Amino acid sequence: MKDLSLRRKEPPPATRKGQAQRNIFQKLAAVPHTVWTVMFIAAPMLFVLYFAFTDAEGNFSFANITNLGQYTNVFILSIAFALIATAVCLVIGYPLAYFMSRQSLRAQKVLMVLIMLPMWCNLLIRTYALMALLDNGGLLNSLLGKLGLEPLPIVGSYFGVILGMVYDFLPYMVLPIFTAMTKLDYRYIEASHDLGCNNLQTMTKVVMPLTLSGVVSGVTMVFVPSISTFYISQKLGAGKIDLVGDTIERLFQNVSTYNVGAAMSLVMMILILISLTIMNKFSDEEGGMVP
Amino acid sequence: MKFLSKCYIGLIFFLLYIPIAVLIVFSFNESGSLAEFSGFSFMWYKELFHDEEAFSALRNSLVLAVSSAAIATVLGTFGALGLHRMKRRYIKKPIMTLTNIPMMNPDIVTGVSMMLLFVAVATFLGTRELFGFGTLLIAHVTFNLPYVILSVMPRFQQLDKSLSEAAQDLGCTPSEAFFKVELPEIVPGIVSGLMMSFTLSLDDFVISHFVSSPNFQTLPLYVYNQTAHNVKFSMYALSALIVAVILVILLVVNFAGSAADRKGKKGGRV
Amino acid sequence: MMKKHLRLAALLLAGLLLFPLIMGMAACSKSGGDTVTLYVYNWGEYISDGSEDTLDVNEMFEEWYYETYGVKVEVNYSTYSSNESMYAKLSSGSVNYDVVVPSDYMIERMIAEDMLAELNFDNIPHIQNIDPAFFGDNAEFDYYDPHNKYAVPYMYGMIGIIYNTSMVAEDDPALGSWQLMWDERHAGNILQFNNSRDAFGTAQYFLGLDVNAEDEAEWRLALEKLKEQKPVLQGYVMDEIFNKMENGSAAIAAYYAGDFLAMYENNEDLEFFYPAEGTNLYVDAMCIPKSSQNKEIAERYIDFMLTEEPAVANAEYTYYASPNTVVRESEEYIEYMNTIKEGGYDLMYNTDAVHTTSYENLGGAQLIMLNELWEELKSDIEVGLPIYVICAVILVILIGGGTFLGVRKRIRDKY
Repeated sequence: MKDLSLRRKEPPPATRKGQAQRNIFQKLAAVPHTVWTVMFIAAPMLFVLYFAFTDAEGNFSFANITNLGQYTNVFILSIAFALIATAVCLVIGYPLAYFMSRQSLRAQKVLMVLIMLPMWCNLLIRTYALMALLDNGGLLNSLLGKLGLEPLPIVGSYFGVILGMVYDFLPYMVLPIFTAMTKLDYRYIEASHDLGCNNLQTMTKVVMPLTLSGVVSGVTMVFVPSISTFYISQKLGAGKIDLVGDTIERLFQNVSTYNVGAAMSLVMMILILISLTIMNKFSDEEGGMVP
Repeated sequence: MKFLSKCYIGLIFFLLYIPIAVLIVFSFNESGSLAEFSGFSFMWYKELFHDEEAFSALRNSLVLAVSSAAIATVLGTFGALGLHRMKRRYIKKPIMTLTNIPMMNPDIVTGVSMMLLFVAVATFLGTRELFGFGTLLIAHVTFNLPYVILSVMPRFQQLDKSLSEAAQDLGCTPSEAFFKVELPEIVPGIVSGLMMSFTLSLDDFVISHFVSSPNFQTLPLYVYNQTAHNVKFSMYALSALIVAVILVILLVVNFAGSAADRKGKKGGRV
Repeated sequence: MMKKHLRLAALLLAGLLLFPLIMGMAACSKSGGDTVTLYVYNWGEYISDGSEDTLDVNEMFEEWYYETYGVKVEVNYSTYSSNESMYAKLSSGSVNYDVVVPSDYMIERMIAEDMLAELNFDNIPHIQNIDPAFFGDNAEFDYYDPHNKYAVPYMYGMIGIIYNTSMVAEDDPALGSWQLMWDERHAGNILQFNNSRDAFGTAQYFLGLDVNAEDEAEWRLALEKLKEQKPVLQGYVMDEIFNKMENGSAAIAAYYAGDFLAMYENNEDLEFFYPAEGTNLYVDAMCIPKSSQNKEIAERYIDFMLTEEPAVANAEYTYYASPNTVVRESEEYIEYMNTIKEGGYDLMYNTDAVHTTSYENLGGAQLIMLNELWEELKSDIEVGLPIYVICAVILVILIGGGTFLGVRKRIRDKY
């Protein structure tokens, strides 16, 4: 405090000079960040574009894009799997988040830790654990065998891959919805009951619209990694069910197929961009409702 | 209804935890089988502790996570400051969009795009030793940056300008006003950005997969290589340990009453 | 309160910034100036690495080298799962290795592309241990490096079919033939190679085609056969095969003979045969890439692997056939192989009756073609009607919900 009172006597011009210096400093503060983003975010994206539209010799060409025709089914399957996995996650996750938010505060905290633990623990480990459990010679099928039942060939099937996605990404759906639920003011629900709504009406007219933002971020967080995964399909599809991610990964293992790989990445990026835009439109439509 | 909802919660969490639980239980299995538990033993843990590759991977992961988080936090904090003060929207907006690209893009696209850049640079320089710690560091800083900005930027926006002005009226120099009044306000944002970067970097597999060389393996890359080969049971022991460590950290963080939904901002990463 | 925050943050930041520095210093002091790092890139599960009480030959080399030459060498050992992925890493020009162990056809390709360094055999005196059939003027199996300039044979072997006797009957008519890999009765239990050359090889041997054919039409025949096989497969895998065969997740798989013994050790239900139609003989050899910075040490590393103790340890660890006469004549080794499985030694070495051919390097155009065919096979996927129906339902609900919300909002906005 003492030295503050001393400085008060300093003439104002010095302050103004300091102010100017500070302004320059603050203007320059963003420079390293900007340089970094241009070098390591913009430039790599340009490289993807460049590779997607050139052939192996570096000549301009649309061949990579048109050659993607042979991967039509791979694209359709990836989109379908991601769509199904997202829908299943939503159907399972939404009630889960709702029920979780109705528990006591202490229980909520514990459940929160339990839902976050799988998120923090590496995806490779969880996927591998799931595969080891479901494999034909794994615990599940050996138990079934002991009960005299037919084994379930899950690994290497479509069902297995979708199951892997749901298992891996369910927490990403639950957490944002749960957060939205806890922020929901309980008085809204009481008010709707007072105004004569039954449980179902309260759910569809109050709870769902108010938690839509959570649903939108949940859906995004499940859809994007599902459509681009390669580890899940590698392990649970046993290398037989190749999705877009697997194909990109394989194409980038070989110098001569970088160009096709880049084209494929580009198309996937655009696909995701389109779906994100549609998603955001959904949330904007209800945007006015979210307090 | 209350009971049914509890059953539902129980069922889903049960299903969510079976594979992990089986993994942990069987990491104590005497024989190398995942179908039959033949006896309790610590042998896989013993083997793990003799596995130098795993330890060097752990060390690499920590070094990478700490350094990339530190660099991303410094870059991102100054970046957020600069962007916040920037008045010209036509410069600010493109930079913000650019920054957010790694957050929107699937990891695999970020990974291959950086790989293409590095391959081009390596060819240009004619070097064979480009890939490794350096490329990993650059990639990790890059995908951490948007998260740092995301957690620091709102703090700048919430800053009350009049506080800083008041401090200066009371005799602070502008830099003093910054360090004494404004900085403490944004520190929580910096800390949370730092922590988030650290965990994201520790967890990342996909991007690292494309920009690493076998000479510098991180823990997720080590796990990937293990699961692509003949899986040794020490891998289960390693996984069990990872789960245990994360559980302890989560319990400490949550029940010490810190911001719990940090991870909620993180996109699903494959 | 704020101050406390600030101090904490400052401490954290300082700690974070210091940490790498300390770690870096620690790393430096460990590799303190004189230590040379030797980068070795080998197949997975292909060296005696000290796990499960085996000999750690890399560590042994480090010790031996320090004792002999007084220089500290650290072996940085990493692994790959196929020739193609090794080649991709090396040719992307982004990494540096001192010793690699490609298979025959890949060595040919790397020699043709000038990626390998000529070896100085003064540093590899133990080359005399190699069987003259694999190295030397009259060698039969040095087709990939006829002038013996670039490669020192490490292991060799043949591809055969592994099957689980608890799932495949003893008198199964398809036993002994590649037909077993296409057998619908075992649908969902068959594993195929996840690399193009070996996978196409299985179909080519089955159909009696030339594995080194020049003509695309011939390769297309093999592709059709592989497409036909896809529905009965459980998957395309490489080293994941160990776990899958050992725990009974699959019944039939084509793989390398040596690996069969490794699996047999963990599951005695497994059996093995070399298909009568003929199969592939391969030689994996140690080479030094042109980009190596420590060629002399790399040569001494190769030489060290030819000496008795490490060579026997590697052969016992991998179960692959060794071209090293010191290994083959070791009584202890013969006994070891036969205790793993009765007739184990003969399975690997007494193979004159098996009809074999080897892969040769394909020309540039064929390599591109093979790659395209492989892509065609891998992307040959049925979406299936149920998937379309489910997706249609989801989309209808989504669009319906979206319109509903939109309409409701518009109505609400009116009032």
